[in-house]
Amino acid sequence: MTPPLLSIRDLRTYFYTEAGVARAVDGVSFDVGAGETVGIVGESGCGKSVTALSILRLIQPPGRIEPGSRIEFEGKDLVTLGDEEIRHIRGNRISMIFQEPMSALNPVFTIGDQVAEVARIHAGLSRRQAWDRAVETLALTGMPAPEDRAKQYPHQLSGGMRQRVLIAMALIMKPALVIADEPTTALDVTIQAQILDLLVHLQKEFGTSILMITHDLGVIAETTSRVIVMYAGEVVEQAPVDELFARPHHPYTEGLMHSMPHIGHDQDRLNVIPGTVPAPTNWPHGCRFRERCPYSWERPEREHPPLYDVGAAHVSRCHLAVEPERRNNPHAPLVVVEGVGAA
Amino acid sequence: MNVPVANESAQLLSVRNLRKEFPIRKGVLSRQVGAVKAVNDVSFDVARGETLGVVGESGCGKTTTGRTILRLIEPTSGEIRFEGRDVRSMSTSQLRKLRRDMQIIFQDPVSSLNPRMTIGAIIREGLTIHKLAEGAAADARVSRLLQEVGLRPEYANRYPHEFSGGQRQRIGIARALSVDPKFIVCDEPVSALDVSVQAQVINLLEDLQREHNLTYMFIAHDLSVVEHIADRVAVMYLGKVVELATAEDLYREPLMPYTQALLSAVPVADPKARKERIILQGDVPSPANPPSGCVFHPRCHHPSKDAACTAIVPPLEEKTPGHFAACIKQSPTTVSWEQQKNAGGVNPPERYLPLAAVHA
Ligand SMILES: Nc1ncnc2c1ncn2[C@@H]1O[C@H](COP(=O)(O)OP(=O)(O)OP(=O)(O)O)[C@@H](O)[C@H]1O
Ligand SMILES: Nc1ncnc2c1ncn2[C@@H]1O[C@H](COP(=O)(O)OP(=O)(O)O)[C@@H](O)[C@H]1O
Ligand code: SF4
Ligand code: SF4
Ligand SMILES: [Mg+2]
Ligand SMILES: [Mg+2]
Repeated sequence: MTPPLLSIRDLRTYFYTEAGVARAVDGVSFDVGAGETVGIVGESGCGKSVTALSILRLIQPPGRIEPGSRIEFEGKDLVTLGDEEIRHIRGNRISMIFQEPMSALNPVFTIGDQVAEVARIHAGLSRRQAWDRAVETLALTGMPAPEDRAKQYPHQLSGGMRQRVLIAMALIMKPALVIADEPTTALDVTIQAQILDLLVHLQKEFGTSILMITHDLGVIAETTSRVIVMYAGEVVEQAPVDELFARPHHPYTEGLMHSMPHIGHDQDRLNVIPGTVPAPTNWPHGCRFRERCPYSWERPEREHPPLYDVGAAHVSRCHLAVEPERRNNPHAPLVVVEGVGAA
Repeated sequence: MNVPVANESAQLLSVRNLRKEFPIRKGVLSRQVGAVKAVNDVSFDVARGETLGVVGESGCGKTTTGRTILRLIEPTSGEIRFEGRDVRSMSTSQLRKLRRDMQIIFQDPVSSLNPRMTIGAIIREGLTIHKLAEGAAADARVSRLLQEVGLRPEYANRYPHEFSGGQRQRIGIARALSVDPKFIVCDEPVSALDVSVQAQVINLLEDLQREHNLTYMFIAHDLSVVEHIADRVAVMYLGKVVELATAEDLYREPLMPYTQALLSAVPVADPKARKERIILQGDVPSPANPPSGCVFHPRCHHPSKDAACTAIVPPLEEKTPGHFAACIKQSPTTVSWEQQKNAGGVNPPERYLPLAAVHA
């Protein structure tokens, strides 16, 4: 069997802050195969972006990737690779699309220059060649009138067009892996539809692997084939997309799915996950979801759950895998349920 | 005039032909060179006890509409009546009284609370301004309000930065409730919150509505949240209300082509749902220079779209009972075929429902 394109094992990325050690990513393992679209979903602060930045080795002090973490990509360990080599991989083999298209662009250069710059650095093309390639790539992203738009500055473009520029920059070198961190969160829903459509289309066209990071289960369902659910710095569930939506196992995944209103399936009252995500400097011992979980018992308090096999290519970090009868008697979670709205 | 009116006396709020233009100024003399038509001839009613949802994309005029109703922004023209009283002609002291009845909850739970005031002081402010309670009575009221929104009374002595986004939104809700309002404009109250916390706040707003007989105008760009909370929904595009119907009708059978595209664009959290999607071309035009006729015409996918759409401003008209939409090509329409032909029309109106199959 061919090894996966990207293989992450026991990734730990910690920030040494005044408030203590923030264990933002704490023992994360997963693979991304060639040509595959893998989703990472979870609420803010669960470690999605830090995972992405770790892959590109863009973690700045006081953060660091802890020794023992491994990120294998095309046969190289990115964690220990020299600075020169990692720079070569960044932009050439792995590229990233960020959430905020404005802050990722330089306001004083035309967008054509900025896209061309990537090709000049990484492919050593001449100015002329790089410019032509930039216009070509912009056209590929569906940018209207790409020759004219290439001569404009970021502030002259709409949010959707700026996101197309970032996608062009990410794709111009035809990388093996594109990491898209909330690529449509800042966009309106009709523009989001355009951009997601484009990403899916480009992925099919070039066979690029995509790591799609989002908090939106709708985006996950529509674009990915395999899903990783993160909570409190850990992977808590992983499954093929159809399997995850048909048979969510982890109570957090279940809660996330039920607390979202769905168009066309309105219910009287939304289910809620009580409480909030704990602080990364202070993850609860045992199961990190314990205090918010309607099934918790002594075991999750004592014992940190491993990733159990719960189905075909489906794993879940929850002791219900071995004590399934506990699911039959949900109870009020431990967190103090306050006021009328919380019940 | 075509206005979605049901029963005049049941209406708590009536808005007619509301407009707000922000001047665009240039140069050293700040000469006015144009105007952003943020709200462009908007009319609607809100009945006592109902929740009117307002949806639309960034910049379409949702916030400006909400704020002009409260006169936090002065409207350029139009009429606003609250319990029959003309809000635009009110004096400063009448307005102050009105602000007791009409409150607002903001999108950003961080910047909307004064960081140097304790939670207690923030909630007490309204009580003091409106002389509703002081001293121990005010303290008791603050405690009760905190409990009502799901926070501990002890929190009164703490500062906003000590709270999470969801908790701060609860504080904003307690502040709005403190003066016992009848009507609350909720401007994207859950947009900045995580999914699990969002559900907590939505449930809280629904409980409070029942208990206090509140009327809400609920502004949001998340269509599924609005379907859940609203009784009726107004869809805005480029400063105009382009569709207005009960939540049920609107989501089941959107009639205005923009609404159809908007609803079809929402990603569905179900990998098995193979849904039809209408991908709109291009971007929303600038409200400083809106297209002539139907403001949606440059992006419209209605098969009958023609030159008449660029010449005639479609009235917001009742297509089926209680279901209003602004489209001269969606039959039935009060804009006669004769009129349309005179304006260059070549395609007669028809009934176009590209999403019918999807939501069946
Ligand atoms: N003070 C102002 N001066 C000039 N233009 C303004 C001002 N306030 C709003 N606008 C413009 O008016 C239009 C409507 O803005 P508004 O804030 O009402 O939109 P919105 O629908 O609430 O959008 P969002 O979803 O982004 O909150 C926009 O084009 C906006 O840029
Ligand atoms: N530069 C930093 N310094 C300290 N803590 C950080 C830093 N960057 C991220 N964190 C913390 O790491 C955790 C995970 O962050 P992140 O990966 O950005 O979350 P998300 O899943 O929302 O993308 C958060 O608690 C965040 O506060
Ligand atoms: S291990 Fe126990 S507490 Fe943790 S998620 Fe599973 S059931 Fe809940
Ligand atoms: S009036 Fe014309 S342009 Fe406007 S929505 Fe209807 S068909 Fe489209
Ligand atoms: Mg992030
Ligand atoms: Mg707004």
